[in-house]
Amino acid sequence: MTSKTSEVVLEQLKKQDWAQPVFMTIPKGGTFPEIVEEGRYGPIFPKTACCYGFSIFAKVKPGKEEAFYEHAQNVQKQFDENPTMIEAFEPLKLHYLRWVLIPWKNEMFFMYQAVFDTDFDKYIEDIMPVFASGLEVSFVNLEGWPEDWRTNIPAQNKFFREHHCPAFMEYASYPFVSADEVRKALKLKAAFSTVLDQMQ
Amino acid sequence: MLELDDIQHIVLTRVPSLTGRYEFLSFRHAAAGREWLKALSDTVRSTAAVRASNDKDRRWVTVAFTCNGLRTLGVDEASLGTFPAEFVQGMAARAATLGDMGANHPDNWIDKTNSPDLHAIAILFARDAAERQRCQTEHEKLIAQIEGAEVLSALDVEALPFDYPRDHFGYRDRISQPVIEGSDEVPTPGSGGPFKPGEFILGYPDDDGVQHPLPQPEILSRHGSFIAYRRLEEHVGRFRDFLREHGETPEGQELVAAKLMGRWRSGAPLILAPEKDDSALAADPQRNNDFNYKREDPLGYAMPLGAHIRRMNPRDTAPGMNHRRMIRRGSTYGPLLPEGAPDDGMERGLAALVICASLIRQFEFAQNVWINDRNFHELGNERDPIIGNQDGTLEFKIPKRPIRKKITGLPAFTTVRGGAYFFLPGIRALKWLATNGTPQVDETIG
Ligand code: HEM
Repeated sequence: MTSKTSEVVLEQLKKQDWAQPVFMTIPKGGTFPEIVEEGRYGPIFPKTACCYGFSIFAKVKPGKEEAFYEHAQNVQKQFDENPTMIEAFEPLKLHYLRWVLIPWKNEMFFMYQAVFDTDFDKYIEDIMPVFASGLEVSFVNLEGWPEDWRTNIPAQNKFFREHHCPAFMEYASYPFVSADEVRKALKLKAAFSTVLDQMQ
Repeated sequence: MLELDDIQHIVLTRVPSLTGRYEFLSFRHAAAGREWLKALSDTVRSTAAVRASNDKDRRWVTVAFTCNGLRTLGVDEASLGTFPAEFVQGMAARAATLGDMGANHPDNWIDKTNSPDLHAIAILFARDAAERQRCQTEHEKLIAQIEGAEVLSALDVEALPFDYPRDHFGYRDRISQPVIEGSDEVPTPGSGGPFKPGEFILGYPDDDGVQHPLPQPEILSRHGSFIAYRRLEEHVGRFRDFLREHGETPEGQELVAAKLMGRWRSGAPLILAPEKDDSALAADPQRNNDFNYKREDPLGYAMPLGAHIRRMNPRDTAPGMNHRRMIRRGSTYGPLLPEGAPDDGMERGLAALVICASLIRQFEFAQNVWINDRNFHELGNERDPIIGNQDGTLEFKIPKRPIRKKITGLPAFTTVRGGAYFFLPGIRALKWLATNGTPQVDETIG
């Protein structure tokens, strides 16, 4: 396996052009040796065609599968009763979050997949106030989740880093575009339609 | 309850000094460090003591240690291992995280603060230059008496000759400052808080009510804080040239200066004075910090999203802000460059002391994300225009109707000339360090 990044990919990373779909190979480990930046807790996983993000993959504590479904129900109930709670997610600059349970042989695994526009370390710190806002945390049902996660951000960061399985290949049809930009574009489109209607 | 008789005064008090001096020290063995500390310890005062005699005092002394300094004074490895990793590594080793690359790299620092031999800082603030001279002479005598104690470098600091605190670029400073709960101070409107003591001082609960485990031994760490020291040279000639280049009239130049900082040089914030400077607003502490961003100016038409103060405290547009505030002390250094004079090549700038309970969560976050993340607030290709690592390839965008103004090739207005992480022990901890420490394994360090 070679760790040299293709020149084309380096150019794409630099230009971050949204107009052309992009296909890119990402080195094993998830960072490009040519442009790796040092974060506070280790190297920063870079912004790739599919933006920042992670896929956390961890083993569920035996017998705790149902706790995840219950957790989902509870969270849904909280949001139904208090719709403004969704604003707590705003700082995370998310595109998508996916919670997935994966049965394998006789064991249960969990994948938490996120696509967002801030860097990995910042996401993990910013999620603390979201947890603090009253949302329960399903991670406590994962093996290896630090007991003192509420007070120990480095330990929490370590868990995320150790359980992150970075993508090694990505395709994006509108690469590098942030969620804010997408929303702005859609708003602009809506506003333009109104303008054009007014001009009839 | 804040234990004001144990917390070093610098955390909670801003003293009425006009001059000062920072000395950077090294000790060849524990005995030298302890003797020095013992000799000095009566002059290092708690918050309570300084408050009781502030009117009379003519000088104020603060002492803090690097990790290597604590080691040299006899703190054992097991204990040092319980201190936060970033402190143990030291500021120079964290260069990549802090964005200290290129001209700002520790290899280019000029005051030996990048050396593993740096063990302590003695911070002196004095009412006037005569008192500073007296203290300096006394300290020289003390160092000469102690075998194995050495001053690596020193920096004289000086308030600039104006009737309010100003930096060399001409901006009013010391407006926005967090106030700690229980300190009896009242925060000015807009400053947030009062903040839980644990955000700045070890051994107290933080904003979430969480009391973080103390580094060991507790007698050393309780009521201590961390200090990030930054010696930042300000390139005043370059800054003034830039204003002239980008503002056609004197008013236009003032506006460019205001956009970079987020405040007019008078101190008036752009959110409250978007079009025109307002010196009455600037000087009124009840009004000059009383604003937010989210509703008032979401797109940055008044204050660009990349302006220094909008980065360093995004107020209601950042999550968990109460965990990221910093107490700023420090002072300007170097001679004033008179208005209209060509740059004289002298070094002048800001010798900043940033005080917090967690370097990684507060100071390093500010450096790594707010100052140097090129895409902070989706800005694409910007860093902090005042203290970001500028290599001439970045830009600064000023939102404006109908189209924004984009300044490309922003020059570096500041350069890092030195820096270090210090632990600022409480008064009892200083006594403990001076008299005993933990048993020494090896009296010398390599
Ligand atoms: C030469 C370097 C610097 C200059 C000229 C400078 C200048 C200023 C000025 C004029 C203000 C506005 C006054 C005020 O709100 O009190 C300010 C605010 C601030 N600065 Fe700096 N600064 C420098 C370096 C730093 C550094 C190194 C840090 C910390 C890492 C920092 C953090 C802050 C913070 C937190 C605020 C308050 C923002 C607010 O609460 O609105 N500054 N600075």
